[in-house]
Amino acid sequence: MRRPSLAVWKLTSCDGCQLTLLDCEDELLDIADAVEIRHFPEATRRDLPGPFDVSLVEGSISTPAEAERIRRIREESGVLVAIGACATAGGYQALRNGADLEAFQRIVYPRPEAIRSLDRVSPVAAHVEVDYELHGCPIDRRALLGLLSALLNGRRPDLPAGSVCAECKQRGVNCLLVLGRAPCLGPVTRAGCGALCPAYDRGCYGCAGPAESARPEAIVPVLRRRGHGDAAIRRLLRGCTTAAPGRDSEGADDDA
Amino acid sequence: MTHRGPVDRLITAGEISRVEGEGALRLRVADGRVTEAELHLYEPPRYFEALLVGRGHAEPPDITARICGICPVAYQMSSCQAIEDACGVQVPEEIWALRRLLYCGEWIESHALHIYLLHAPDFLGLPDAVELARADRALVERGLALKQAGNEVMEVVGGRAIHPVNVRLGGFHRLPSAEELARLERLLRPALDRALQTVEWASRLDFPDYECDHALLAMSAPDGYPMERGHLVTDSLQEFPASAWNDFVESRQVPHSTALQAFLQGRRYLSGPLARYSLNQAKLSPLARQAARAAGLGSRCVNPFQSMLVRAVEVVYAIEEALRILETYRPPRRPYTDVPARAGEGHGVTEAPRGILYHRYRIDRDGRIGQAQIVAPTAQNQAAIEEDLRRLAGGWLDLDDAALTAECERAIRNYDPCISCAAHFLDVRRTGPEHG
Repeated sequence: MRRPSLAVWKLTSCDGCQLTLLDCEDELLDIADAVEIRHFPEATRRDLPGPFDVSLVEGSISTPAEAERIRRIREESGVLVAIGACATAGGYQALRNGADLEAFQRIVYPRPEAIRSLDRVSPVAAHVEVDYELHGCPIDRRALLGLLSALLNGRRPDLPAGSVCAECKQRGVNCLLVLGRAPCLGPVTRAGCGALCPAYDRGCYGCAGPAESARPEAIVPVLRRRGHGDAAIRRLLRGCTTAAPGRDSEGADDDA
Repeated sequence: MTHRGPVDRLITAGEISRVEGEGALRLRVADGRVTEAELHLYEPPRYFEALLVGRGHAEPPDITARICGICPVAYQMSSCQAIEDACGVQVPEEIWALRRLLYCGEWIESHALHIYLLHAPDFLGLPDAVELARADRALVERGLALKQAGNEVMEVVGGRAIHPVNVRLGGFHRLPSAEELARLERLLRPALDRALQTVEWASRLDFPDYECDHALLAMSAPDGYPMERGHLVTDSLQEFPASAWNDFVESRQVPHSTALQAFLQGRRYLSGPLARYSLNQAKLSPLARQAARAAGLGSRCVNPFQSMLVRAVEVVYAIEEALRILETYRPPRRPYTDVPARAGEGHGVTEAPRGILYHRYRIDRDGRIGQAQIVAPTAQNQAAIEEDLRRLAGGWLDLDDAALTAECERAIRNYDPCISCAAHFLDVRRTGPEHG
């Protein structure tokens, strides 16, 4: 039987989500036997043309060339999976959306005119149809394994639903919000990490993006009532998922 | 085979593989000699220094970790140190020990990744570690087990291996439990044997005969091999503190491109395993020194191809060091020291697996970041990589284009470049397969 083909792509990102695949130390060699890796520059010199049964895409779209590239990737891919906060919600780099790009370039580069960036950083789904998304910064290793295993076996992947808050209850962690120990975005953040941060005695900072049907802003009055200042709340909400679908208005226009 | 002589050749490799991030190679040959050797970093910029302006003074450890998925701990350690410096806060030794333990985890993981998955295939003429595993599965499994040991350290101390959640200014959100640390110790004991086997295996590889003549810059610490703190030292034994970084290291634009490259008092220089080893070999543990000696390393090593051997020795050291910290561990009284914001400027410098990582922050009166400066290892090594390419490629001109390209890529991999790191401020050159 022909092995399904896999491609791993990188756009604007830190490499951490594709490293998650290489971090599957116990499973990596079995995965490499089960699929034919045709494109994965971080791991192999071999570079074979498409089409690809499955493409994993890390990173957001921040340059004109990337906007072109993601369309080509889509055309060549059977199933396209966006992995991580950059690919699904823009990443930290999306914090520049709405800011003065030229001013940003002047801060970083002595010759800003040589840099080509799009005005806005956007997730993959803003450009092409995405079949599945894995959220988080970085993605969770077990979630990645679950997804690959489902796709290889022709099943629909079972992706996490609900909020970090619910996972926290399941894990039996005392509520940091109720105890007043830390501001926490758990109630409005997508599940999948197993409430990692609260288990480490820190508030969730929202790296998996808004939970389905949750409005992140709904947490604002809750945090205010617990005595957290507006500037700190605003900064907490302006993490690595500001370009998540439905949060477009939030990227800009404040000084935090 | 192409021939030497007046024929001009232009070699370009679009996407260098088995490196972190996106880079390309450009080599021009005229009249039988290499006239241009450039490593193009075309990774799109992410403007981190600009994004940090206006953020709270406690945020850089979480935000800058995201510059690099391979060495997030380095970013967390350099940024914590710089901000604590700005705020005038001293952190207790027990916290420093836990930080060093966490950093050992990153060294083990990153070095094992590079040795086995990224670099080893070059020495065996294979495209990747998957093919290597088909030839010698036990070898790759040993590498993966080592890598996993590093990840375990980061998971226990940092909460997760990539972008750890447990680091904060002044220390950690929560301290690891005695059971967690005991489990870690049990996991690390077999890893030490694997690391020693790695040095022995790597010593039998065929290393091209080549010595670079770059200046060297590394850190130096009073006790032990440099990692999470210390001052800087050059190969001419000049020493300076992190706060003097900008007096010694200059980021400048080179005439043939718009890329910033770092120079040490005007000289091209090397940072990373070779520089660290050559300036600190005596501070390795006896076992690591003995392994290095048995592998044929002297007190100094400036053959970039042998960087793999030095990385393997550093893995031995990092595992031993992690075990030493675990054995002598005394929990701090509190998981962290408070770091109230104070207006001022602070500097932080640490040894990331692939070289020095410098951070500088200015904190405004309202407790926000007013200015941020980050100098990543690959930005420092870029000029050295290009000089190596220029010299080495001159000896490879008899090779056909594909073979010459492969050799050049291999020379680039000697430095374990992390382009995702470098390109947060390095410019994009105009000749690449695509530009940001």
